Amino acid sequence: MKKILIVGATSTIANACARLWAGEGSEFFLVARDKQKLQQTCADLQARGASAVVPYTMDANDDIVLHRAMLERCLETLHCVDICLIAYGTLPDQSACEQDVELAMTEFANNGSTVIALLTSVANLMAAQHSGTLAVISSVAGDRGRPSNYVYGSAKAAVSSFCEGLRPRLFKLGVHVITIKPGFVDTPMTQGLALPAFLVAQPQAVARRIVAGIERKVAVLYVPAFWALIMFSIRALPQSLFKRLNL
Amino acid sequence: MSLPLSSWGQYPPEPQAAHPCVWRNGLDEQLRRVTDGHGSTLPFGNGRSYGDSCLAGSGHVLHLRPLSRFIEANWQTGEICAEAGVTLGEVLQLAVPRGWFLQVTPGTRHVTLGGALANDVHGKNHHCRGTFAHSVLRFGLHRSVQPSMVCSPTENPQWFAATIGGLGLTGIISWVSIRLRKIQSSRIETTRVRFSRLSEFFSLSAELDPLHEYSVAWIDCLATGPALGRGVITLGAHCESGTLEVPAAQAMNVPVRLPVSLVSPLMVRIFNRCYWHMQPTSRKTQTIAYSPFFYPLDGIEHWNRIYGRKGFQQFQCVLPQAVAQDVLAELLNVIARSGMGSFLAVLKRCGDIASPGLLSFPMPGTSLALDFPQNRVLSNTLLPRLDAIVHEVGGRLYPAKDAHMSARDFQRAYPAWEQLEAMRDPALMSRFWRRVTQ
Repeated sequence: MKKILIVGATSTIANACARLWAGEGSEFFLVARDKQKLQQTCADLQARGASAVVPYTMDANDDIVLHRAMLERCLETLHCVDICLIAYGTLPDQSACEQDVELAMTEFANNGSTVIALLTSVANLMAAQHSGTLAVISSVAGDRGRPSNYVYGSAKAAVSSFCEGLRPRLFKLGVHVITIKPGFVDTPMTQGLALPAFLVAQPQAVARRIVAGIERKVAVLYVPAFWALIMFSIRALPQSLFKRLNL
Repeated sequence: MSLPLSSWGQYPPEPQAAHPCVWRNGLDEQLRRVTDGHGSTLPFGNGRSYGDSCLAGSGHVLHLRPLSRFIEANWQTGEICAEAGVTLGEVLQLAVPRGWFLQVTPGTRHVTLGGALANDVHGKNHHCRGTFAHSVLRFGLHRSVQPSMVCSPTENPQWFAATIGGLGLTGIISWVSIRLRKIQSSRIETTRVRFSRLSEFFSLSAELDPLHEYSVAWIDCLATGPALGRGVITLGAHCESGTLEVPAAQAMNVPVRLPVSLVSPLMVRIFNRCYWHMQPTSRKTQTIAYSPFFYPLDGIEHWNRIYGRKGFQQFQCVLPQAVAQDVLAELLNVIARSGMGSFLAVLKRCGDIASPGLLSFPMPGTSLALDFPQNRVLSNTLLPRLDAIVHEVGGRLYPAKDAHMSARDFQRAYPAWEQLEAMRDPALMSRFWRRVTQ
């Protein structure tokens, strides 16, 4: 029975993972900003076999000072955290961000800096307990800034880089850090996008790979696996070609 | 983005644009938005309806499968309440280890609760338990023209009756509460008996159905002459003691839709002959896991893809008991002569437990179901001939499986259709309903 903290618990990917863990009888501390959605998620996990589910309403983007109170409450409830999954984020409208500095900064904060703030606090919590896995949903978009979504991409790049550094620090303290890089997943986030069907993965399949990856203590996990190859190719494109493309 | 959706038979080939529903509280707004944008819509579950009853007239469906949370599960009373997109398989996943099972299950566990209700599905135990509606305690219904309501036999009973078997046209079913049944073991004690002609099926069924909760028969639809209607009857009951286990998920998959159908008359002839001869000649009893018993076809994921790009149609009819034997012989003769074979040919006696649903399919009698690859001969020759025979004796076809029945046949077979039409949500319209109500 695992003790699991999820921030962004109503996101489709996090929810699909939580259902798998609930089947094992895990205990949850779930954080999300929408109280009603969070309650529905809690009831679902409870029915699916979770031994306990505690909801906590918080908008991780509002004020990073709130993070600490949330983590204190989480520790009081779970006593220790075996898995912390950070899964919140938004997919910004790239062209709107190009015209609106404030929007660009907000989106960067939502996907980048507040995640880094939260990671810093969670890292210390887990370092103190000398155990557990810290799983962060970054994105393949962070592997190279692309004209179609470089605001999102650069925020995710910040998270991925942060995790690269955090992993060796926490490894020595018995804590594992896993950077999860999903490609396109069939979720509300990608609803408005026209994407090639064969590239869109189902959340259940994505969740199975994530849960298995956390179990195996993988460092960087592309989901589905073929994205490692796609992103390798995109990173390998020479600037002379890359700047002429609209990837 | 969401991938386009199609019905299980992939015929008619009308890919549906999906508008996924993820949260219950967003349903009303979503229904309004899609209707405003596209004129009308239709709830779509997991796409296990065969024909066009799950396809929206506008080509834009509300995809309810993502709405798949459990709301409450009481393992003391066996009452569970879940959102409409939860599949029966997901229910069993939780229920079986705790000693509970569905009261009524169709031949696939991949249907959603909302879909099972909207089509009032039945199973191998129809002769003793009736349709899915009998396990439904209450459900939530969202209509574009009035506030959402709870329906049960005592609350809004007219909406309860119209929505059961109502093909998703009365409103969006948001959640369903059902009562499960207790089991002592997840295994099924099953008996198979081979029969060599149709009359033997009827005598076996009359003798054995009352002794077994589950009963279904496979027939070799290409056998002619004295062997007409030969097949094998499979009976079953839940074991009285044993372990409670959910069998591991299936291993096989048809990864892509094949360019042409694998199902050809010769293939079916060879398969049917071998399959029949492989069956035990004397009554053979064994215990097996519940999934191969109830859901043999779920063992191959996406099995519908073997029918190729053109897809397939299922012909499922129910015939009144008094004439069933003679008319079945006539139907089988027509099919055998046409040479259009079907691997799957299922014969099932339906009982006389009436469903509360207005447009429920089963009636006391015998039901026959066959899958045919789609082609011109099927549409122009075979199906019209079969329809005429069924129509003449007062039988009817199953809307959940249908992509071809005429408006005249439908309206005669389902006289309550006008009641449903009057209660239909103006925002909802399926291709099927448009076809059969004109």
